[in-house]
Amino acid sequence: MELYELAAYELREKIERREVGIEETVRAVLGKIAEVDGAVRAYVTVAREQALAKARAADERLARGEPARLLEGVPIAIKDNMCTRGVETTCASKILKGFVPPYDATVVERLEGAGAIIVGKTNMDEFAMGSSTENSGFFPTRNPWDLGHVPGGSSGGSTAAVAADEAVAALGSDTGGSVRQPAALCGVVGLKPTYGLVSRYGLIAFASSLDQIGPITKDVRDCAMVLGVIAGHDPRDSTSVPRKPCDYLKGLVPDVRGVRIGVPKEYFGEGMAPGVMAATGAALKTLQDMGAILADVSLPHSEYALATYYIVAPAEASSNLARYDGVRYGYRAPGCPDSVTMMTKTRSEGFGSEVKRRIMLGTYTLSAGYYEAYYLKALKVRTLITRDFDRAFEKCDCLVSPTSPTVAFRLGERTDDPLAMYLSDIYTVTANLAGIPGISIPCGFGEDGMPVGLQILGKHYDEATLLRVAYAFEQATDFHRMKPALRATSTSGSASASASAPASASTSTSTSPSASASDCCGRAPAGGERHA
Amino acid sequence: MPDETLTMSGEAGTARKHQTTGPGRRTGDAADESQFEPAIGLEVHVELSTESKLFCGCSTAFNAPPNSHTCPVCLGLPGVLPVVNRKAVEFGIRTALALNCEVAGFSKFDRKNYFYPDLPKNYQISQYDLPLASGGHIDVPVDGGGARCVRIKRVHLEEDAGKSVHEGGTITGSSFSLEDYNRTGVPLLEIVSEPDIRSPEEAYAYLSMLRSVLRYLDVSDCKMEEGSLRCDANISVRPKGSFVLGTPIELKNLNSFRAVEKALAYEARRQAEALGAGERIVRETRHWDESRQVTVSMRRKEEADDYRYFPEPDLVPLEIDEGWVDEVRATLPELPGARRERFMRQHGLPAYDAAILTESKDVADYFEAAVAAYGGDAKAVSNWVIGELARLMNATGTDIRDARVAPTALAAMLNMIDDGTISGKIAKTVFEEMFATGKTPDQVVAEKGLVQIADESELARIVDEVVAENSRAADEVRAGKDRAIGFLVGQVMRKTRGRANPQAVNRLLQERLSRD
Ligand SMILES: [Zn+2]
Repeated sequence: MELYELAAYELREKIERREVGIEETVRAVLGKIAEVDGAVRAYVTVAREQALAKARAADERLARGEPARLLEGVPIAIKDNMCTRGVETTCASKILKGFVPPYDATVVERLEGAGAIIVGKTNMDEFAMGSSTENSGFFPTRNPWDLGHVPGGSSGGSTAAVAADEAVAALGSDTGGSVRQPAALCGVVGLKPTYGLVSRYGLIAFASSLDQIGPITKDVRDCAMVLGVIAGHDPRDSTSVPRKPCDYLKGLVPDVRGVRIGVPKEYFGEGMAPGVMAATGAALKTLQDMGAILADVSLPHSEYALATYYIVAPAEASSNLARYDGVRYGYRAPGCPDSVTMMTKTRSEGFGSEVKRRIMLGTYTLSAGYYEAYYLKALKVRTLITRDFDRAFEKCDCLVSPTSPTVAFRLGERTDDPLAMYLSDIYTVTANLAGIPGISIPCGFGEDGMPVGLQILGKHYDEATLLRVAYAFEQATDFHRMKPALRATSTSGSASASASAPASASTSTSTSPSASASDCCGRAPAGGERHA
Repeated sequence: MPDETLTMSGEAGTARKHQTTGPGRRTGDAADESQFEPAIGLEVHVELSTESKLFCGCSTAFNAPPNSHTCPVCLGLPGVLPVVNRKAVEFGIRTALALNCEVAGFSKFDRKNYFYPDLPKNYQISQYDLPLASGGHIDVPVDGGGARCVRIKRVHLEEDAGKSVHEGGTITGSSFSLEDYNRTGVPLLEIVSEPDIRSPEEAYAYLSMLRSVLRYLDVSDCKMEEGSLRCDANISVRPKGSFVLGTPIELKNLNSFRAVEKALAYEARRQAEALGAGERIVRETRHWDESRQVTVSMRRKEEADDYRYFPEPDLVPLEIDEGWVDEVRATLPELPGARRERFMRQHGLPAYDAAILTESKDVADYFEAAVAAYGGDAKAVSNWVIGELARLMNATGTDIRDARVAPTALAAMLNMIDDGTISGKIAKTVFEEMFATGKTPDQVVAEKGLVQIADESELARIVDEVVAENSRAADEVRAGKDRAIGFLVGQVMRKTRGRANPQAVNRLLQERLSRD
């Protein structure tokens, strides 16, 4: 087993026992990046020199006899919308090209304080606006399970990096599903914490009242570990909640007996792919077999969630993105005769079309005469959606649904149809609107042999229950141990992607639809390779 | 008394007499104008004198090198978040209470969106529909006695913008612009009055009163020249006796209290003339052109900016419990209005003196310290404070806190006048020296030999000399021309270099001449 294949907790143990060095670990991951990222393109920036320097310093620390910290030596990737001191941070936007933050985001500070080594900044939909990472201002990222498919988005770079072993863990941000949906599509674990649990300081805002940073990991234990490090009050973020920290690892018991799981009927409606339906159904059966109690629940305002989201998020974004004007940092349109022209041209040239679309939407809905009809109305619906959850949680401990209605689609398939793209988030946006936590874990394979994610939603600040249910499911299944083929199917993969199919990939094909999607007990489905 | 003596520093104060001239001040010229009455509301922005900015820890100090008081937060770098400065909220509460407002238990911040290079986020964090406080009032003393009660509509917190310098004058025509973000994020308190002010003079008095209150509270230094106090006005006119307000016009670019007054006077007249001529007033914003002394139309209301206000998602609502409000209330000082009343009652001062003395807390404190040390007539102290002291401070640009004459020294000097050690006339010389050097009156008198000649025989000798040298004047006095005695007294004073007591000289002269 290669070092880069290990989970964070396994790696940390080896490091603590001095079986492996930190520099050696970081070099292994950097080597994997060099090997496969030409095909996957998960990274916008690889911070090779900084990472190696920090790794050497950490090795010296341990050599001096200092104790290993919680994430000692774990190579972690950071979505490129979180500020890293001295490392370019772009939000995958031309308008921020060249911006090197003079400060670290709180999460970065905390990760590094726990010994993690940041190896690079990952690709994303520009300013986190999108569900496929195709809206990156630089290049699209590809799904390691099939390079002809998207990794999901907007944290597609982070999820692809973890899926392809280009990072042991990563951080993403989730505004409407941007951690959970790509985690599902890439077959990894992704958690969106309760709004206010993780500091947003240093996270470049998309929609401030919805944004939340979350871990993207190979398994649930790692997820709990990373969450434990990044969660907690930060005086620099007024919306971060002062609560005493919780030991998420402690609650990881493989036992769901008596746990009441709600199955919201609105999340199993039309538009769901059969493969996704089958995998989710099988997962529910697994949980039930393990002793969980399933109950039908209703979240009646769910049908307004997407519309509400597409009013609130663009409104906030239109204001949050106003600061990119070429005056102080980032891109500045050259050769303008005066300041006004410069600001206008900078924005016209610097932003991509989806970002512009949302700025226009948000500007419109906040305008005098429309504010009440749109924004204010959306805030009211938001309250109703939150109440739906409150009511559902009166009779169950968590809710389970598919994370995404479909598996990863092909590159270019939805780029011309923004509405189809927006539908990717239909099961995830509600958690952001209500501020509740949600996790996506691998639960099988669907169409084209692509991974399916199971979403578990919980009460405010009840990440512990989510992690426990996720952990129990994971212990009973083997989906999280599947490794992607890192190659393209014959129909959609680009030449370059196929050409750089990695050596470590097995010879198994990934063309047959998943016959074993309903097999919940760990048999490798077609398209996956079992490394366990 | 000239304007400048009425306040101890800077601009003229509450009780200042209005002697504005020029095109702005011709009220009463036109007969039809007197049929109309203006209704004026003022929107005042004051920079709070907190040590750090509203949402970050940067210093608020004025006059620092450009962009030296900045950080990622006030520069609006990507990813930063605001955190409310508690002191600024406390200053807001303090001001709100002094203006008799109701402090909201629940208020929130909103974003006001507009693009300008000196606004780093291209939105300003302000308060829109739920301000910090509302529903207050202050009593403004007006000319001819009495007071105007001006209602305060709202008081809210917001952040200041930076400063732009456009090479070429305006932003659209400039070849480049320079930005200084030192002021960006400095806490501002916006104080909005109802349109209760009835004349430009009252507007002036309102501003003076407001500034006085803010300085008493120690929440702002209110220096218009440094931009720490700014004012926009709205004015409408209506036929006298009408209860319906006319169409308001907003006035901008009012850079001094005087400019506010002049622009309002100009605008009141312009609107009255327009209405008198049967024209309709159109809602618009007008710019005060200081050099031409006229208001110029900037933009019509329908072209007004849409600021797309919405609740600031990066901040939680401001919840202020009554305990905090009570705590702040308990620390409120005696305010100028109350102090003025007390000065009249307790020190027996005329309203005029009381108003001038209480406009600045420092001056009022100085006065009371001197009265306490002196023990004599408070009016005498008042005369010196608003007379000589104010004159010297204005002439030298000195703030009363830096004045080298301590209140006790003034009291000591007044005692020397009372016990005849120095004459009232010599006292002015003594005081000037005290002001310039910080010496006590004893020292000054001793060093300069200014002690009054107490020895009457010496004085009588000088009187004899003067009578001998001015026989014609002496004859005139003897002939009953009383006026001539003044001349002789003056001659004695000159010979003694002011060290004689004029009353004593007068008496000695009368005695000497009646003997002849
Ligand atoms: Zn600052």
